[in-house]
Order: sequence, then structure tokens, then C-alpha cells
Amino acid sequence: MSTTPRRFQLSLRQRDARIALLFVAPAIIIILLVTLQPILSTLYLSLFESQLGRFSVNVFRGLGNYIDLLKSPVFWSTIRRTLHFTLLSVGLELVLGIAVAQLIASHPPGWKVLRTSLIIPWAVPTIVTGMMWRWIYNADYGSLNGLLSQLGLIKQYIPWLIQPTRAMNLVILADVWHTVPFVALILQAALATLPQEMEEAAAVDGANAWQRFWLIRLPLLRSAILVALVIRTVEAFRVFDIIYVLTAGGPAFGTVTISYLTYVETFNYGHIGNGSALSFLISIFSFALALIYIRLLYRREDSR
Amino acid sequence: MSRKKTLNRAFLFLLTVPVFLFVFMPVAWLVISSISTKAELLSIPIHWIPQRPTLENYTNILTPGTATSEVARSFKVVMRNSFLVAISVTVVCLLVGSLAAYALVRIQFPFRRSLLLGILGTRMIPEISLVIPLYIIATRLKLYDTPWVLIATYLSFSLPFAIWIIASFFESVPVEMEEAAIMDGGSRLRILFNIVIPISAPGMVSTAIFIFLMCWDEFFYALIFTSTIAAKTMPVAIAEFVGRYSTDITAMMAGGVFAALPPVILSLIFQRYIVSGMTAGAVKG
Repeated sequence: MSTTPRRFQLSLRQRDARIALLFVAPAIIIILLVTLQPILSTLYLSLFESQLGRFSVNVFRGLGNYIDLLKSPVFWSTIRRTLHFTLLSVGLELVLGIAVAQLIASHPPGWKVLRTSLIIPWAVPTIVTGMMWRWIYNADYGSLNGLLSQLGLIKQYIPWLIQPTRAMNLVILADVWHTVPFVALILQAALATLPQEMEEAAAVDGANAWQRFWLIRLPLLRSAILVALVIRTVEAFRVFDIIYVLTAGGPAFGTVTISYLTYVETFNYGHIGNGSALSFLISIFSFALALIYIRLLYRREDSR
Repeated sequence: MSRKKTLNRAFLFLLTVPVFLFVFMPVAWLVISSISTKAELLSIPIHWIPQRPTLENYTNILTPGTATSEVARSFKVVMRNSFLVAISVTVVCLLVGSLAAYALVRIQFPFRRSLLLGILGTRMIPEISLVIPLYIIATRLKLYDTPWVLIATYLSFSLPFAIWIIASFFESVPVEMEEAAIMDGGSRLRILFNIVIPISAPGMVSTAIFIFLMCWDEFFYALIFTSTIAAKTMPVAIAEFVGRYSTDITAMMAGGVFAALPPVILSLIFQRYIVSGMTAGAVKG
């Protein structure tokens, strides 16, 4: 009598495992076809020199493409610009995101409207964001020039996008407009779940608002901030869309980031080997950050 | 004390003003530009409020005969492509994603945890690292410039995301509800569709919206894999306005508003789900 249910349970378990495989099979097949096979193929292609449209010209180069890249000044200046974009935009997004989240959490009049409004820049498609800011920055008819000259801050219209570093900073401003809401919204959601007791106790003990923010709120928000930081860093490092519409990499390559360089190498020049090597480097970087992200998530779950 | 409190609230309210301005000024200028005439748009000093507001820019895009540039004339077809691709991907992701997510969180089987982590890992692979092989395959299979290639390639980022976020919603369904059904001999498939999915309905809604928005927003694959109105999507059309047809400025602005309306309206209607989805998956940027 006592053995029957046990054997029954075992067979149920085995049957369950088979069902599980059936359930995950479609997803695994799709992921194998559109993700795993291509990424391995990119690695393979990065070891050859070949030209787009002429797949017969295949010269094995081993790590030659990678070595060429690491030796090329263009690669390093592109990395420098990519870091400029990533560090400045993510930095601003975090600072502004935390500030806006904190503002919403302190419930000023109209805070619900503010929270809802933040969804709009987040929902506007990236390409539309770029197009809109390009029009705002327009040298002859742009509203930035219009506004600043009417306020008396500039005497004549400025061609904003002709100086490389300034162009990059203006791309960053457009990106910040588009992505601060994401950071602010997840952080205000995290703030809303924080226990109030500690802060109240600290207030009773005479800690001022500034001290409560730095010593209690910020440490409690640590894991939410880290998750936002990693996600935004991965995305910023591979920025492409907004640059494509806003500056198309110009002026004078001033806004060419690593993804944009990969695009140009591959689809304008047809250098498949170099393009593959570049894109594989991008995925190595993303993967390293993904590992950090996974560790953060699991630490968060363990501490729960 | 209470006077200090009122002052404090007034100060906080003042702080919201620059945030509102930063959020709304760019969008307001986009909308104003879209209802201005070209002459007014190109006037100096700038006309903040159009003296003769017009909806002509919109009707030009919607009635192809009158539009000036090619991209404006094909706008309706392009918009339909965007909807077709985004909706198809969303449906596939919900179906395939919930099957996989259910097995991954509820059924014990070998390599379960590594599979879940592997799926999360593939979500981090950038599009650009996959695009060259996908491009080669797509041209060989004669799928280049068809909606099919977009649907297939969009699954590379949306499906891992869907599995991950649906799994986090399924995990919060109490196991007891399923156990009773298992005792009654219900199949896993029936449990999934009759119990787990209905209970997770809000989660499914937020997953669907996120995937739709991701696909609507997607630009890179659409740029690489399409060349004509057979498959071109909204972001590609907008980018063409900026590049090749930049003189058609009013149509560009109206097109931008059109491209932004579906995601903005959807997000505002479902804003509750958006924020819960962001935190559940800690997702899209």
C-alpha cells in the first residue's frame, strides 16, 4: 500500500519532466535559430576576411581582425566617444532619476500628474525622439535658437551640431530626455515600498531631511539603483538609433560610437570580418555586464 | 510648524515646474510644428503659437495623392506594417513565452535553473551582434524585405524578455491553486490555460504592452532588413524623412506625431501595468 503512491509519484515526476521539455521546446528552438546560431556565426565570421555580397572571398585570418582593431586609432577614438556617451548619459540619468523619484515620493501638489507625465517621453519612440531634437537643434529655424535669442541669451542663431563634442553632448541631452523617466519611475516604485519607520525614528532623533536622504533612503535604494545602472549602461554602450537620426555620426565622426562604427564598417563598406569582430566585442562587453546584473538580481532575491 | 509645512510644500511644488517644462516643451514643439504651415515654421522670429493652425499636414499624409514626398505618400502602408509586425510578435511571445515560463517556474526538470539564466543571458546580446548572420540567412532564404524576417528577428530580443517577465508573474501565483487541480487529474496544459494565465492576467497585459512597444520602437533590424514599403516600418520611414526628404518638414512632424501616438496612448491607458512591468522585469529603456 505504501509503495504504490511513491512509485506513482516518481512516474508522475518523469512524465512531468517530459511535459516540461515539450513546453520549453518551441522557445528553445526559436532562441537557437535567431540568437544562438547567429552569435556563434558572428564569432566564426570574425575570424575571416570577407566582403558583403561576395561570400566566395574568404580568407582565414584567425584573430587578425581583432588585432587590427586593437591597433587602430579609429577604434580607440570610437571607444573614447562611446564612453563619453555612456558615462555622461547614464550619470545624468541616475542623478536626475533619483532626484525626480525623490520629488514624486515627497508628494508635492500634482505629484500624480507628474508621475503620469513621465510616461510620455519614455513612450515616444527613440527615432521620433531623435527627429524631434534634431528639429529643436536646427541651426536656422530650431526652437532652441528661437528660445535663447528671445530670452536674450544669444545674439545670433548658433549652428549647434557642427562642433563634435558639443554635438555629442546634445545627443546625450536628447537621450537623457528619453530615458530619465524609466529610471525615475522604477526608483519611485522602489521608494514607495520602503519602510517608513526608520526615517521617522531618525527624524525624531533630530536627523534633518538631507541626512535622512543620504544615510537611510539611498542605502535602502541601493539594489534598485544598481539594477537601473546596469541596464542603462548596457543600453547606452550600444547606442545607435538616436545617433543615426540626430547626427548620422557627424560632424567629422564626432558622434560615431562603437555600434555606429560597426554598422558603417559592415553595411557601408561591406567589411564583414571587421564588422563581426567589432560586434563580437560589443557582445562580450554586454555579457560581462549581464553577469553582474544576474548576480545583483540573485543577491536581491537571497536577501528577501 | 504648519506654516513651515505649507512653505515646504510650496517649495516642492516649485521644484516640479522645471521637470514639467523639460518633459513637455519638446513634445509641445513637435505637436505645434505638426499643425503649422511650412511658411510659419520657417519664419524668423519663431512663431510659438501658429497664427493659422492647420490639420493639412495630417490629411496630406493620410490621403496619399496630395503628399509631396514619397515617404509621406506611403505612410499608411508603413504604419500597417508596424502594427502587423508588432502584433504578430506579441502573440507569438505570449503563447510560446507562457508555455516556457510555466515549465521553468513550476515543473522540476534537469537543467531548469541554468536554462532560465541562459535565457536571461541571451536577452543581453545586442542586435548588432546577430545582424550579419541573420542578414546572410535572410537574403539566402529570400526573406529580405518581408514582414516575416522582422517577425523572426524581433523574437531574438522579445522572446527571452517575455519568458523572463512572465516567469516572474507566474511565480507569484499560489501553488495551492494548482495542486488541487493536479490532484483532480488536470493536465498541465489545462492548468496553465485555465488557472495560471487567468490569475496572471494583469501580468500578461503588461507583458503584451511591453513587447508591442519594443517592436514598435525597433529600428536597427528594420533598417537593415527592409528597403521598400513591402516591409518598411514607422521608425524607418521617420528616419527617411530626416535623411532623404528633410525639406518635407511639416509632413515629417505630422509623421512623428503619428508614430508616437499609439505607444503614448497605450502607455497612458495602461500606466499602472507599465510601472509594475518595469519593476517586475526591470526592463526596456
